[in-house]
Amino acid sequence: MGRAVAVIGTGQTRHGRRDDVSYPDLIKEAVKAAFEDAGITSQDIDAVVYGSMPSMMEGVAYNHFYFADALRVVGKPLLRTETCGSTGQSIAHTGIYWIASGMADIILVVGSEKQHEGDAQATMTTIPEAFMHADFVGGAPVAFSMQSREWMGHFNIDEDKAREAAAIISVDCHDGGLKNPYAHIRVNITKEDAMKARIITYPVRLLDVCPSSDGACAVIFASEDKAKKICKKPAWVKGTGFRGEEYFSGDSSKAVWQSAIEASKEAYKQAGITDPLKELDVAEVYNPFTYQQLMFLECLGFCPPGESPDYVVKGVFSPGGKLFCNPSGGVLCTNPIGAAGLIRLAEAAMQVTGKAGAIQVEGAKLALSHAMGGALQFNGITILGSEL
Amino acid sequence: MAEKNEKPRTIHTVLRVPFEMALGPTWTRFFEGLREKKILGTKCKECGRILVPARPFCPRCFEPMEEWVEVAQEGTIITWSYVNYTYFGVTADMIPIVPTRIKLDGVDGGWGGRIGGFDIKDFDLVNKKVKVGARVKAVWSGERHGHLRDIEYWEIIE
Amino acid sequence: MVEAVKSPEFPVKEYKTGNKDTVLPYNWALGPTWTKFFNGLKEEKILGTRCKKCNRVLVPARTFCPSCYKDMEDEEWVEVAQEGTVETWCLVNYKYYGQPKEPPYIIAQICLDRADCSVTHFIGGFDLSDPDKVREKMKSVSRIKAVWSKEKHADIYDIAYFEPV
Repeated sequence: MGRAVAVIGTGQTRHGRRDDVSYPDLIKEAVKAAFEDAGITSQDIDAVVYGSMPSMMEGVAYNHFYFADALRVVGKPLLRTETCGSTGQSIAHTGIYWIASGMADIILVVGSEKQHEGDAQATMTTIPEAFMHADFVGGAPVAFSMQSREWMGHFNIDEDKAREAAAIISVDCHDGGLKNPYAHIRVNITKEDAMKARIITYPVRLLDVCPSSDGACAVIFASEDKAKKICKKPAWVKGTGFRGEEYFSGDSSKAVWQSAIEASKEAYKQAGITDPLKELDVAEVYNPFTYQQLMFLECLGFCPPGESPDYVVKGVFSPGGKLFCNPSGGVLCTNPIGAAGLIRLAEAAMQVTGKAGAIQVEGAKLALSHAMGGALQFNGITILGSEL
Repeated sequence: MAEKNEKPRTIHTVLRVPFEMALGPTWTRFFEGLREKKILGTKCKECGRILVPARPFCPRCFEPMEEWVEVAQEGTIITWSYVNYTYFGVTADMIPIVPTRIKLDGVDGGWGGRIGGFDIKDFDLVNKKVKVGARVKAVWSGERHGHLRDIEYWEIIE
Repeated sequence: MVEAVKSPEFPVKEYKTGNKDTVLPYNWALGPTWTKFFNGLKEEKILGTRCKKCNRVLVPARTFCPSCYKDMEDEEWVEVAQEGTVETWCLVNYKYYGQPKEPPYIIAQICLDRADCSVTHFIGGFDLSDPDKVREKMKSVSRIKAVWSKEKHADIYDIAYFEPV
């Protein structure tokens, strides 16, 4: 695994509709907050890693040039990594590998999106090439709705039961969003509201879908030496995993999401985790759609394949349950895409260092963060712990 | 600092960028096949899988897929959805859409398309007729251009 | 609304290619500082901000100093001169898709008096059709001044170009 790596600071913007500020200003808001949290300045960092969705989202090819000043890259190396939704995990891993290799001691990692500057779904139709796919996609909701239906068909899951479980996840997340000071969506909803909301892309209804958000997240990683010197309570990286799949989504079953299974297995192996449901204290699971959270509960090994609706209905992943998932409200309430996977990691770090405030899971020591991406192609995991 | 009466502005623009993308020999032949009402796949000599659309190489074995196979125009639904919202480029007259992924008979893996041939504006009817595992067959456009939309839609059969 | 994205078209060739225009809409947020900067242009004022730490005046105005990372609350607004010196220039004499204006035109880095950085804009106001003559003319040009567009939209083209003084 190389050298030990820790999170020594995190920063988030207020997420939502942010056309009150330009893109560089938004980035600066997160970066400044991360420096303040870590108690360091830009002079202390060795390098910067940045990622977002394709720059086409905001119509500025290479948007990180546009806000290089806000990223503090003058005189420092800069890497860009992007894997669509899983970008947040990819950039975190890039920073972690950089320190683990011994080539750097302190890295600033920044992810962001400003979805209100473009049309997210229209842009996402340009992610697959134009000839084999573009005619059939209806933006991200279709890709994930198709996957949800495939999953229900594959495991013969009763549609009403899955519907109810998805509604429970929606309620839990919206409750979390209300308590999370950074969250975009802040509404009080009932299970009934979620079950009867308007269909967007069958089987997905309005309250199963994440919003389009503007926002940025910055995380500062450090080597063991530096972390111990600078930070009273770092969050230690216990394990990472990332896996890819074929481009044509029909080439393998998406009902059993192989890249999520393999990425989490790799991370558990590194972290020495054998029973994630028992050993993890909290999980930030990437959930732009409630049904995907159901699938991930299975793929990440929290419950047997095809059984997540039963577990959810029993309250296993709700507040006070055995493994509370997404106390932050998750992507379902806050979705600046390029930042969303990194926000999962930042929230996990805040949980294991006791900095999560109103959404703190008491005594949390081991937390999983996750993101998915590509054209249903990628999954990435980072596990953080309070002990080295 | 901006004065109070100066509300931060946004600039609206529409960008148009032209592209010409190369299909390469395999996809050129695949699209020519569609013009002739044929669905062409290629077979991997290593793992034996037949994939549609045809591929120049096997995504798993990394071996050339040189054996061409004309596959069935019928298959079963792996999954489907119902698109009922608009975004830039998709106007109200273009929805609803019933996208599907189909396992064509004899083919390994699924392929995308749209369900049609009946009143898809009625969601309850769609939900009744379109089932995972239901049989479908290709309905070709009258005029074909060597393009994916040469298959106008997939029709539920049986 | 602009024409929606069309299905790809295939020109006839031995191996096919597909032509496709990607058309996407944007709403770029200027934020308070750049809103004020562009509104200034509409009033024929070129506005910069001064960083109180390093004392530099930067144009266009900034919300934070790129060197000191100081917030804009610490900065002061400065109307810079509409005259300045040419740092470097280039004659653009070829066409490409989406070009900002019909060639030939001159792009230059211009350091306005009272500013501590240069801005990118056009130089014009004389015949650009013969590159050799342009080169001869530009040898003698060092000072230039802003020429304002008659119709203004609070954008960078409110300055039509800079002309030799």
